Amino acid sequence: MAEAVPRDEVIELRTGKIHYLQGGDGDPLLVFHHSTGNPGWIPFYEELARRFSVTVLDLPGYGQSERPEWARHPRDIAMLASRAADALGLQGVHLLGLGFGGFIAAEAVAMNPDRFATLSLVGAAGLRPERGEILDQMMVSHREYFRLGFRDGETHDATVGAEVDPELRQLWDSSREMTARVCWKPYMFDRRLPHLLQDVHVPALLVWGSEDRIVPPVCGEQYARVLPDATLRIVKGAGHLVEFEDPIGLAELIGEHARKALRSSA
Amino acid sequence: MFIGNFTERPYQDPNSGYFGAAGRSIIDLSLSNREYDPRLGADLYNRYLDEKVYAEEMGFDGLMLNEHHSTPFCMGGVMNVEAAILARITRRARIVLLGNVLPIWDDPLWLAEELAEIDMISRGRLVSGWVRGTGRESVAHNAQSPFNWERFQEAHDFIIKTWTQPGPFRWEGEHYHYRYVNPWSRPYQQPHPPIWIPGVMSRNTVAWAAKQRYPYLMLATDLEPTRESFDYYAEVAKEEGFEAGTQHRGYLFKVHVDETEALAEEAGRKFISGPPNPFLEGNQGQVRPFLQNLPGLTSRKNLLPTVKSFAAAAARGRQKAHREATGKTAETKQPKLTQRRDVFGTYEEQAAKYSIVSGTPKTVIPRIRHVLEYLRPGTVFFWDGDGAMTHEDSMRSLRLMGEEVLPAVREIADELELRGPFEVDPATGEPVEPTGDATAPLPREQQVPRSGVSAGTGTPEDDSR
Repeated sequence: MAEAVPRDEVIELRTGKIHYLQGGDGDPLLVFHHSTGNPGWIPFYEELARRFSVTVLDLPGYGQSERPEWARHPRDIAMLASRAADALGLQGVHLLGLGFGGFIAAEAVAMNPDRFATLSLVGAAGLRPERGEILDQMMVSHREYFRLGFRDGETHDATVGAEVDPELRQLWDSSREMTARVCWKPYMFDRRLPHLLQDVHVPALLVWGSEDRIVPPVCGEQYARVLPDATLRIVKGAGHLVEFEDPIGLAELIGEHARKALRSSA
Repeated sequence: MFIGNFTERPYQDPNSGYFGAAGRSIIDLSLSNREYDPRLGADLYNRYLDEKVYAEEMGFDGLMLNEHHSTPFCMGGVMNVEAAILARITRRARIVLLGNVLPIWDDPLWLAEELAEIDMISRGRLVSGWVRGTGRESVAHNAQSPFNWERFQEAHDFIIKTWTQPGPFRWEGEHYHYRYVNPWSRPYQQPHPPIWIPGVMSRNTVAWAAKQRYPYLMLATDLEPTRESFDYYAEVAKEEGFEAGTQHRGYLFKVHVDETEALAEEAGRKFISGPPNPFLEGNQGQVRPFLQNLPGLTSRKNLLPTVKSFAAAAARGRQKAHREATGKTAETKQPKLTQRRDVFGTYEEQAAKYSIVSGTPKTVIPRIRHVLEYLRPGTVFFWDGDGAMTHEDSMRSLRLMGEEVLPAVREIADELELRGPFEVDPATGEPVEPTGDATAPLPREQQVPRSGVSAGTGTPEDDSR
């Protein structure tokens, strides 16, 4: 699945090593991955790298980043990831969060809005859906959970193939354990988060696949209501993993969002 | 030797369409409780209590209960309630809880109080056992699986302190916090009830039990890996500076005794039909590995030799570790559910390897002797009346146990010098002075008239067939 990786680096913080991938040119963009971990330098990052200098962290405790044994809440991860961004000199960075990474991104922006130029959330967890529930990965197998990320099984097979790479399965397994450590209950949301976001004026783009089977699209509407400067874009026919189903379209949306924010701030 | 009786108290519903060879298959944690009939539940709870009372009459030293959640194979979700009732309606036998699932308690002080109360009502007959639980327990009570082992240990330390240190005191732990620990109850047995640790395959737990000098009970595991696990306990004991003895070893296995070989085979086959524990080989249920082996619930690698038993491993979602331990490849296709019984072991295979011992007293006693010689446990529990067995099946077996099997097993145990934890103190290795307290019958005025409590589906007297 992974294409050539421009740079594969590690930074050492006192709280543990953080691994990251970096590539592309342009304004800096920081990416927080799904709860299933970062699968590598996927085609979507390649698309983003045409527009941005892209940094994809392995969030603390995920992938090759060291596990903070003491962490108990997504907020802990958000704080550590923000420290990593500081250490990498990523001030005024565009922030993109995918799924659970969107939850982390929303937390990070809530605790320090000035650090970020824009926020983009794609199928983001973090809020309790007004209708429906966030699908509980603990109650399904790794494989089924990843399949449910796509609009349907056919799209999954056509996009990433029917067979699962053993290394990817291992990543899913270790990632799920970390997710269970910080996000077991309540599962994938925090009742305080919407309150903490209310005066966060970072320009926010909210992207949801209309067929998202993991985080109900109503959560996009809820984010749009609490964030004062937010735009909601529904990608018709896409599932939760919009970056797999429509990498070019999604990269274009995020690029456009960054350009627009830059124009209005100039 | 300490000899106990056990059944998982399955939810038997012949009308459900589940639980039969020709019925719908059971996938664990997928069955809606809309199928649950409380009237049937009432009959079954009373039946199982009656059987325990009869087991005591027939001379068993211990009445063992266990606890599982959200599953039809075990009705003991709140076994402390059953234990409390037994505390009042039995007189002599120990009430052995194997065990309460410590990590799922958000308030272990409440558990400490319940157990102390059971110990008092029974006048010191409680044996408290603690387990980490399978995935289904963590799912059912939403206990955070990666902290299962931490919570187990902290809850243990907390309860022991609550039982042994005068209150009030404050507890600020990692998972539990109390500003005022001072329950208005204390265990009848001092310093606290005996603690036994049951288990199947966690090396961590065996090592931990050995460090505490708690007896460790292997639950229906195959003989060879069971002995290897006992050897591991002995190794840890040696490192800890004591010699493990028979008082530290317990074994639960399926034993049914009947009037004729034909009846024994008919009933023995019922162990693996109906709604038996999906941990058991030959069962008709199926577990979902991702739920049994929740993220971080137990170490993926640190398994006991019992991982070689496919059913035990599969029930805990450890097929991969099982393949590694046995050299089988991942390519070995999983059989379809309809073919699974053969893979898990037919009745004949299980009888051949002592997983199921069923027969007349004449044929059962030598087979029990073999198990005792091979494992040298000081405690055994005979697992009976399970799966699709009826009340009548259970009562026939209990009667013959009392009349013929238990006396013979006691003789064998004496000959083999298998001393239980009430003969040799597991903590000190010294002989236990009989207190005369727990095992002596109560004065007549304190006894409960049996007729006042028996509301079950039969009585011993009804059962002479």
